[in-house]
Amino acid sequence: MKTLLSALCLTTALALPALAQETPTPGGTLDVIVQPEPPGLVIGIVANGPAGLVGGSIYESLLRYDANLDPEPSLAKSWEISEDGLTYTFHLQDGVKWHDGEPFTADDVLFTLQTMLPKTLVKARMTMDHVESVTAPDPLTVVFKLKAPFEPFIRAFNYGSLPMMPKHIYEGVEDYARAPANDTPIGTGPFKFVEWKKGSYIKLEKFQDYYLKGKPYLDDVIYHIIPDASSRSVAFETGVVDVLPGGSVENFDVPRLTGLDNSCNTTKGWEFYSPLSWLWVNEANPILANVKIRQAMMYAMDRDFMVDVLWNGMGKPADGPITSTTPFYSAPEKPFYPHDPKKAKALLKEAGYDGTPIKLLPLPYGETWQRWAEVVRQNLEDVGFKVEMQSTDVAGWNQRLAQRDYDIAFTYLYQNGDPELGVARNYLSTNRDAGSPWNNVEGYVNPEVDKLFNAAAIAFPAEKRQELYSQVQGILREDLPVLWLTEMSFPTIYNCHVQNLVSTASGVNNGLRDAWIKQ
Amino acid sequence: MKDFAKSFARNRGAVLGIVILVLVLGLTLAAPLLFPRSPWSIVQRPFLPPLSVPGFPLGTDTLGRDLASGLAHGAYVSLMVGLISTVVSLAIGVPLGAAAGYFGGWVDDGLMRITEFFQVIPAFAFAVVLVAIFQPSITSIVIAIALVSWPPVARLLRGEVMSLRTREFIEAAELSGQSGLTIIWRQILPNTLSPVIVLASMMVATAILTESALSFMGLGDPNVMSWGYMIGAGRTVIRQAWWISFFPGLAILLTVLAFNLIGEGLNDVLNPRLSKRRS
Repeated sequence: MKTLLSALCLTTALALPALAQETPTPGGTLDVIVQPEPPGLVIGIVANGPAGLVGGSIYESLLRYDANLDPEPSLAKSWEISEDGLTYTFHLQDGVKWHDGEPFTADDVLFTLQTMLPKTLVKARMTMDHVESVTAPDPLTVVFKLKAPFEPFIRAFNYGSLPMMPKHIYEGVEDYARAPANDTPIGTGPFKFVEWKKGSYIKLEKFQDYYLKGKPYLDDVIYHIIPDASSRSVAFETGVVDVLPGGSVENFDVPRLTGLDNSCNTTKGWEFYSPLSWLWVNEANPILANVKIRQAMMYAMDRDFMVDVLWNGMGKPADGPITSTTPFYSAPEKPFYPHDPKKAKALLKEAGYDGTPIKLLPLPYGETWQRWAEVVRQNLEDVGFKVEMQSTDVAGWNQRLAQRDYDIAFTYLYQNGDPELGVARNYLSTNRDAGSPWNNVEGYVNPEVDKLFNAAAIAFPAEKRQELYSQVQGILREDLPVLWLTEMSFPTIYNCHVQNLVSTASGVNNGLRDAWIKQ
Repeated sequence: MKDFAKSFARNRGAVLGIVILVLVLGLTLAAPLLFPRSPWSIVQRPFLPPLSVPGFPLGTDTLGRDLASGLAHGAYVSLMVGLISTVVSLAIGVPLGAAAGYFGGWVDDGLMRITEFFQVIPAFAFAVVLVAIFQPSITSIVIAIALVSWPPVARLLRGEVMSLRTREFIEAAELSGQSGLTIIWRQILPNTLSPVIVLASMMVATAILTESALSFMGLGDPNVMSWGYMIGAGRTVIRQAWWISFFPGLAILLTVLAFNLIGEGLNDVLNPRLSKRRS
């Protein structure tokens, strides 16, 4: 069987252009790793990576995006933007049903965007702040009137940014986070929720009434929860799972797994997110509020080593708040904080650091992150910082960051296709209330930055935005509100019999509708 | 004393145990001199096999940290956790067991129910829960290990004290008007010393294993290099780099073995029935 498979793979590789046109065969079960176990699946409430991986097949938004971040139809089959950039009209697909059989209408869109998401998702609130009014002239049409032209609006409708939520289930709910309905997610997506065996697996099955006839091709999707990294690798090697989404195995294992016989891989499917890792620095701490201390930390860190050793050369050191793959990035004028322990020591002396221990909170996402925290601790201690590593689990990490109970902490966040959608939220002083681990967690306040981000959001056309974003990048690079580490790149590793796995800029998360298994 | 040494030396295994223990102790004391840099320092290329580069006899780990240095510095944690947690659990178990055995009645009932409460929970699972609740640190690990390992001490003491309590010299002490506490302290405890010493040496071994297991699971003190941590961190790459987990594993094996051998040796010497049979 194995030789047959690898022979097939070889044929596929040789005859790719011809076979790409092949008709998909329906049927089969796709086994995917989800790591770590998500805290919930209702992505309108829980905005985290693993939740999005599963929830992206259950829920949909109005649009989806290709690798160039150009919009494609999803729940909206077509759309128009007025000349002045102020009116967006979306025409919804016919005959869309929720998984419980209720019809999906413009009412659901209004409820989602006006009532629910602004309370649950920071990103949604920020997008909706630009909207003057949303109306539904008929059950299949939604019209947005913007307060001012907002160029990124068309990229705001990704499945995870504005997922459509069922009005008939959530209407009248007081506390969305604790709603009993969260245990049985109901979406419009190609797959519907069947079962979640905590600590073991999450099972979805084909939604028979899906509005695209013939899709999805797969019968079932099973997300396996395997807490141990080497067991996840073994599960792929032995064929128990077909797909290792980016970041689900340890980086040390990637070269070995991609070298296996029937193993294919791609780094595509991350264009929308362009994940950027950094260290939050709590500016409520008087030591860390000193910019010299933060600069010393930046010079102390050997970020090339982090990319080469921890991430096996995947990704590259970051040089500011916007990744180089996101629109409106501008390159720094001088090299961005190269590894320079001498300079770090000098800055530390200048700042008068008194040896107070600084607590370092790692990201509890597995071995690589733990090792990464050890490297940072070592880098900082080498120039004279005293660092105390804390232990935490995912819930504790969320809790500490949300309550600002930390000194420096690891994180990585998505750029969401536009600085306004995935960058501004972390630096605007108006967005620094405690309670969320994803907003301005560092507590940075700079009226100039606020002004620039707000102006850039509504500036028109794109060149004007570019100018403002270049300025704000310059200021942030000087101020170092957080310590940017790396632009991350995660290969998705999969069994070669899985076809068309990555078809959107969000990869496996919302592309399973088109995936199929070669029989 | 001489007799003691002589009869201890008759047990070859016990002597071997002492030798290993002395080596490990020496390593602990010499660690700051042999490896003055922190064991967390990144000093060479990652994944360096043993003996491939001079100065790194055991090679380096996934980040390029010196394994020999980690091994030497880690010895301190293992020994310290082993010894202190054993002392703490003796401090809990001995008084409880002695009181239960001597006073009997409702005191005995009460104390033994408490002991059983701790005994019915699987020791390791209980330790994991305790460490997770208190946040992993050396202190919380010592406390957790002590809390799960005192019940056998209490039960042993209770049995010993009960059998001594009916002996004539205790009756004599009671008649002479000594108080209960004095009798326990001056007459009974010295006579229970031998089995306690033997049990303690075994407990040190178990404590070292428990600490390693906790660190292996990522519940160790993240600021202290320990053998269990080294194995845990090397486990994911065991197919590419066996040496990262192998050497700390060997160190744990030898140290635990040493304490077990010493315990056996002490048992042979201190247990009157056994030593009689030998001579």
